[in-house]
Amino acid sequence: MSQTHHAEPPADAPLIINVSGLTKSFGSTKIVDGIDMQVSEGEIYGFLGPNGSGKTTTIRMLCGLLTPDAGTGTCLGHDIISESALIKLKVGYMTQRFSLYEDLSIRENLAFVASIYGLKKPREAVRETLEKLGLETRANQLAGSLSGGWKQRLALAAAIMHEPKLLLLDEPTAGVDPKARREFWDEIHQLADNGLTVLVSTHYMDEAERCHKICYLAYGKLLARGTVNDVIRQSGLVTWLVSGNSQRQINRLARELTARSGVEMVAPFGATLHVSGANDNALDAAVAPWRNEAGLSWKKVEPTLEDVFIHMMQSASDNFG
Amino acid sequence: MTSRFSLFRLTAMIRKEFIQMRRDRLTFAMMLGIPVMQLVLFGYAINSDPKHLPTALFAQDNSVFTRSLVKGMENSDYFEIVAHPETAKEADNLIRTGEVQFVLQIPPNFSRDLQRGERPELLLDADATDPAATGNAVTGIQLLVATVLNRDFEGPLAILRPSADPVNLIVHRRYNAEGRTELNIVPGLIGVILTMTMIIFTALAMTREVERGTMENLLTMPVRPLEVMMGKILPYVIIGYVQATLVLTAAYWLFDVPIAGSLWLLAFVLFFFVAANLAVGFTFSTLARNQLQAMQMTMFFFLPSILLSGFMFPFRGMPQWAQWIGEVLPLTHFLRIVRGILLKGNGLSEITPDLLALLSFLTVVSIISLNRYRQTLD
Repeated sequence: MSQTHHAEPPADAPLIINVSGLTKSFGSTKIVDGIDMQVSEGEIYGFLGPNGSGKTTTIRMLCGLLTPDAGTGTCLGHDIISESALIKLKVGYMTQRFSLYEDLSIRENLAFVASIYGLKKPREAVRETLEKLGLETRANQLAGSLSGGWKQRLALAAAIMHEPKLLLLDEPTAGVDPKARREFWDEIHQLADNGLTVLVSTHYMDEAERCHKICYLAYGKLLARGTVNDVIRQSGLVTWLVSGNSQRQINRLARELTARSGVEMVAPFGATLHVSGANDNALDAAVAPWRNEAGLSWKKVEPTLEDVFIHMMQSASDNFG
Repeated sequence: MTSRFSLFRLTAMIRKEFIQMRRDRLTFAMMLGIPVMQLVLFGYAINSDPKHLPTALFAQDNSVFTRSLVKGMENSDYFEIVAHPETAKEADNLIRTGEVQFVLQIPPNFSRDLQRGERPELLLDADATDPAATGNAVTGIQLLVATVLNRDFEGPLAILRPSADPVNLIVHRRYNAEGRTELNIVPGLIGVILTMTMIIFTALAMTREVERGTMENLLTMPVRPLEVMMGKILPYVIIGYVQATLVLTAAYWLFDVPIAGSLWLLAFVLFFFVAANLAVGFTFSTLARNQLQAMQMTMFFFLPSILLSGFMFPFRGMPQWAQWIGEVLPLTHFLRIVRGILLKGNGLSEITPDLLALLSFLTVVSIISLNRYRQTLD
């Protein structure tokens, strides 16, 4: 998925987000539990984790929508607790759900956003944005009548109209078709090339691979961070790729391997099977009885990001769940 | 899928419906709350035959007849003497401000003329803005006067006992001489319409932002709570004026409602009344989780407003507790003001107490709603 390779920002780029110990509880449950995060200027930072892991809550704390219970830090050089009003001016936020007015036209929505941010030339800003979107001809159409892909593009355009320094995207591509998704990511990379810092939460592995850096969140805790390769390497996961003669053979093997100690994960991918474990020797010992079975071919491969994430989620649920 | 009616599937539907009903606490509360509220209001609070109406006694003649007349009036339960004005102006002021419902004026030389059989005049001034409030009392006093006075002509005075009519009782129905109900209802309608629409408009407008998820976007933008609140409220203030103008025009042209006072003063008061209702709506919107709940809260507020404010039923007919609730509601005060201005020609000084009550309500509710409004999603 990395056809479009983009340069990573230089290593000495200033930190746009620098927070530590970020914590937030709702009732008695800690949704976010002591998260540290550093994001450099011009970076595309992927935010991954299962549903309810605290991604949205963290993003909301960064842009001042939620007040952290504990933790300190800065966002764009402003204190996240005391200066959230200043942060708001320089942050563009795209919510998970389409949150522009469905009963306003495209133009009216953009004009509203432009005036709330106090843009110098709101009318021109709206016109430019419409042009960039290629929506001039449909400017008077109600936003609610747009398709999912267009809504997402409009929301992005509205979020960057005031030229923010930091863009927060909360699962921006949920429910959007692959082509629109790819175009969306191309645009994100273009924005990052121009110095915009992007924090994006996602469930899609291919999107994670298009980020400069990623971090993985589960049960409100940060479990891994770095580049995609860093994260895979840090996991210490070993994976066997098994292919068989028939689907039945693979299905039977999956059943038999699942309960073995040393095997942490068995995941079928069509006619192949990913068998993974954290301990190399234990895994080899566990699969040994099947290694020479007729019709099966075994190969050690690098685990995919998905393998790593599911592995992390499982061990996290053992530890905190 | 069979086409036969299945009791099984019906039961599944019913069960699901009850589960959802139970989850929506507010709707559930409304289902029980509205009947209870109606029972209490209609059963206990409302009384279309008000008693103990405050009456001022402007007595220019103090005699045994005066005293027994007063006593007789109080015994009738309809009148309660609460003031003893010394001058005609003072008496007039009491009725203009609505402090008393009646002024009974006993002219000088009343007892002398009475004893001479000269049928002295007895003047009862009634504040007839609400004909329902005064009707029974006025009917009652005619009979009462004859009975009471005739009882006093006993013994040697018995020969002086006048026939049926010892005095010439003149009832002066002020502000609404013909006792037309619409003179009372139509101006009040301005208040009722505004109460309903203003609260619903704002409550829904805010809740809609939350329900549709646009609130989250709004909160991330650099817009302040006061700007949001005022921006949400001011458009409806204008709508409120349009509505009031509509009703007023109809009142004047269609219902012949007099406009005795200043329309500018009414417009001035209208602003605070509309703002008070909008603040209530805004507060509801910070409490309600969806538009349905906002509607239900509005109903909960609207019902006592219409029943306990003196719009439908005489305020003074209600028991004390109901009057206290009524005094809190903005509609109660607005009704007094609008009837005062249109029918009685009241000026600023007469309406000041009710205007102050409106202002206090507005202040308190605004503070509550601004405190409830969160700039974050916490």
